[in-house]
Amino acid sequence: YRMEDKGEVKCIKFSLGNKILAVQRTLKSVDFLNFIPDSPQVEYTQECKTKNANILGFCWTSSTEIVFITDQGIEFYQVLPEKRSLKLLKNQSINVNWYMYCPESSVILLSTTVLGNVLQPFYFKSGTMSKLSKFEIELPAAPKSSKLSLSERDIAMATMDLYVLYLRHHSRTSNSTGAEVVLYHLPREGSCKKTHILKLNRTGKFALNVVDNLVVVHHQDTETSVIFDIKLKGEFDGSTTIHQFVLPPRSIQPYQIPVAGPASVTSQSPVPCKLYSSSWIVFQPDIIISASEGYLWSLQVKLEPVVNLLLDKGKLMDFLLQRKECKMVILSVCSQMLSEPERGSLSMIATVFDKLNHEYKKYLEAEQSYTMVVEAGLSRSNPLLKRPVRTQAVIDQSDMYTHVLSVFTEKKEAPHKFTIAVLMEYIRSLNQFQIAVQHYLYELVIKTLVQHNLFYMLHQFLQYHVLSDSKPLACLLLSLESIYPPAHQLSLDMLKRLSTANDEIVEVLLSKHQVLAALRFIRGIGGHDSISARKFLDAAKQAEDDMLFYTIFRFFEQRNQRLRGNPSFTPGEHCEEHVAFFKQVFGEQALMKPTTF
Amino acid sequence: EEKKILFYHPNEVEKNEKIRNVGLCEAIVQFTRTFSPTKPAKSLHTQKNRQFFHEPEENFWMVMVVRNPIIEKHKDGKPVYEYQEEELLDKVYSSVLQQCYSMYKLFNGTFLKAMEDGGVKVLKERLEKFFHRYLQTLHLQSCDLLDVFCGISFFPLDKMTYLKIQSFINRMEESLNIVKYTAFLYNDQLIWSGLEQDDMRILYKYLTTSLFPRHMEPELAGRDSPMRAEMPGNLQHYGRFLTGPLNLNDPEAKCRFPKIFVNTDDTYEELHLIVYKAMSAAVCFMIDASIPPTLEFCRKLDSIVGPQLTVLASDICEQYNINKRISGAEKEPQFKFIYFNHMNLAEKSTIHMRKTPSVSLASVHPDLMKILGDINSDFSRVDEDEEIIVKAMSDYWVVGKKSDQRELYVILNQKNANLIEVNEEVKKLCATQFNNIFFLD
Repeated sequence: YRMEDKGEVKCIKFSLGNKILAVQRTLKSVDFLNFIPDSPQVEYTQECKTKNANILGFCWTSSTEIVFITDQGIEFYQVLPEKRSLKLLKNQSINVNWYMYCPESSVILLSTTVLGNVLQPFYFKSGTMSKLSKFEIELPAAPKSSKLSLSERDIAMATMDLYVLYLRHHSRTSNSTGAEVVLYHLPREGSCKKTHILKLNRTGKFALNVVDNLVVVHHQDTETSVIFDIKLKGEFDGSTTIHQFVLPPRSIQPYQIPVAGPASVTSQSPVPCKLYSSSWIVFQPDIIISASEGYLWSLQVKLEPVVNLLLDKGKLMDFLLQRKECKMVILSVCSQMLSEPERGSLSMIATVFDKLNHEYKKYLEAEQSYTMVVEAGLSRSNPLLKRPVRTQAVIDQSDMYTHVLSVFTEKKEAPHKFTIAVLMEYIRSLNQFQIAVQHYLYELVIKTLVQHNLFYMLHQFLQYHVLSDSKPLACLLLSLESIYPPAHQLSLDMLKRLSTANDEIVEVLLSKHQVLAALRFIRGIGGHDSISARKFLDAAKQAEDDMLFYTIFRFFEQRNQRLRGNPSFTPGEHCEEHVAFFKQVFGEQALMKPTTF
Repeated sequence: EEKKILFYHPNEVEKNEKIRNVGLCEAIVQFTRTFSPTKPAKSLHTQKNRQFFHEPEENFWMVMVVRNPIIEKHKDGKPVYEYQEEELLDKVYSSVLQQCYSMYKLFNGTFLKAMEDGGVKVLKERLEKFFHRYLQTLHLQSCDLLDVFCGISFFPLDKMTYLKIQSFINRMEESLNIVKYTAFLYNDQLIWSGLEQDDMRILYKYLTTSLFPRHMEPELAGRDSPMRAEMPGNLQHYGRFLTGPLNLNDPEAKCRFPKIFVNTDDTYEELHLIVYKAMSAAVCFMIDASIPPTLEFCRKLDSIVGPQLTVLASDICEQYNINKRISGAEKEPQFKFIYFNHMNLAEKSTIHMRKTPSVSLASVHPDLMKILGDINSDFSRVDEDEEIIVKAMSDYWVVGKKSDQRELYVILNQKNANLIEVNEEVKKLCATQFNNIFFLD
């Protein structure tokens, strides 16, 4: 595509969605060109409204809304591509030195006053422009002359909840140890506050990027970068928090420039490109452009090396939990601290579990309150309500089980005492955050205890209900009976407490030929009118106790009499075999006679 | 013949009489063996005495003779002594005899081990040393059903606090890595045992009837008393050693701990028993006897365990009070009952007062206790579940229930109650006290 040459182009920008191209060629006006299929490609122009004003720049805030920033104020337009004209929505007069736009938050920052250190933010949203409260950046030293002292280069905006970053250079007059980055928090409502100071402890040329909610400060002289995380604890002096860098300064991993050339010579090893060159230009949030090499990079944070740089595992977890792609790294840290050679102490492991479960619980709570609102049918009246996003920092029980705990118990390299302590520590942590523990974790505990014949330990855990009651757990215990007899009692107790497992209790008792006990139990809960006579008679017969069989048989005869007025069994009960057996043992006359009226 | 006697109490008895008595015992055991080769006689009833026989290890016999109670009656103005032959319960005293052995074994190991170590001489010395003191602590008059059970009272606790204790124990075992086993008690009730059940059972008995009562007084004196001030440690925590060094600041302090023997059936382990207590929480750390604990170790233990145990103890106390409030104020139990579970040795009694150093006092008439013992003997004869209801004198009813491995004994006192009403009352008790276990009606 080729545009008509109408003079030097200062700047071009596409609207959001790439439908309209805005081109600035002069200081007074901006030209527009539609890129809509089947619409004529004829340019149209908008001059700035304010007389004698020069346009410093413009920025799109939506697909059809644009803001002109002039040295005397800002003008907010709506573009009407069909009519090929613009409509002024709002304007505001203010002296402007320079401006900065943050597209993620739709906020424009204007530098005003002579020194340029008073910043005026504006916020744009669907056709409206709102002025946020202005704030002043503290300059390192009182400027001698009244010239512009705050440079655009030293300001950046970051969207970890909107912050304005100011790179305050080292000044010889103040006794600071080096340059620092000052963070001003810019809320939607209320005034802007200085909240964080990032200590760089060095001087020279710096550049800033914001990646994954981390402030990355590049230092040209040492060719290294330092990373700050304002979510981590720092020194709090009452109004601002002072942070040191999280990790020791490290260089960016060099980019390998593939050697261009004929296919025959591409086997040549790629050349690493020069880092921290003076030709670098840095854009927010994570763009680095090398003007000399002709590359545009986006900066990323690699989490794996961090694991070895941050030795305090608690702090490491705090750091990792704030990152986007953290899950696998966190799980590998967990595995690492459970196995040699870097096995951690139990208290350290406890700290890590607590941090993970704290995050996990936050998500569960959000999810729960969301479900409650939706179920109550209030979701429509509250449009702001969103389903909570499950970030990678939410490490649930199944993650821990699959990637860490089951592998760890399988390996069996640690002493079993340690293995059990770790499992109990995880269960303790879940309980502390009132998270319901999943059955498979209990199973893992039981399996480990059984493997080491630690039945008395298991018994004690069950006695204090550390392993919560459930049908699967009760069944697991039943299966242990042959190697640990008391498991039978534990299992029955558990079934009883569940109060939904009465059928299972009857089955267990019958399988032990405790037919009378089963019958008494079912009578105790009032279920004896609906049970199958055949099942009980079968069990009584297997017990090979004639008196027992007689008693059970008689009980059912009486039930038949009570329910149907006749002691004999109906064909549907399939008890013919038992009636025959009864006759054979006790004689025909022992059968109960139907009462006649 | 005399050489057969390893220990005889009282020692003042004339040698020939000793030999005669022992010979009689031997004869009885040998004689009854012909009728029942696997189960020789356990006790012999005579007019004046009752004798109990126990063979704890092959070819080692322990015999205890208990005199029947005497009632003084007057006949023709002359006092006549009448022996009450049926008052003593076989099960109670044979259990006492077995416990004597268990207790000896806990602190000395098996008889056989002593023989291997140094022959009869060593065994005799050990027996003399141990039983000389131990026999004085037996209070045979007040033995009852609880001695048969020799159970463990568990401290009721919520899951979270229990897990905290678990976590504490695991961390302690990690930092004090020579610790092999740990047991945790609160208010003289067990919460955790790393030892196997049978070893814990006898250790528990030692702790609650001997060690803890001996250390009651300084605790009762309160922390501001001069006695407290003499105690070792510092202001940061309330931890102190019940066994071992009294004063950690004294460089001459001796770090001698009692030795105990556990798992004597297979691995035969010899351990040092360290009992450390802060407020109502007591922890037993058991370390291998081959590693003598040094003063340095004791100081380390004190500095690590002391502060954490103090915090934990107050946590438990707080949680316990909360739980008590939820479940309703601790009412005076309406029922007098004894509960025992053979599976975990859990025992609960509202009949007995708190155990004192010397005796555990039952709050009901000895006749009723005897009925309980009789019911228990009946239960032990059959495997099946059963229930026995006895009408005792003066409006008392005694109910015994056995379900699976559990036994429950209830004493009711209701005027003109009939069998059905008593049965209802017991059902009510089961519903309130034991609703979370499977207990057949």
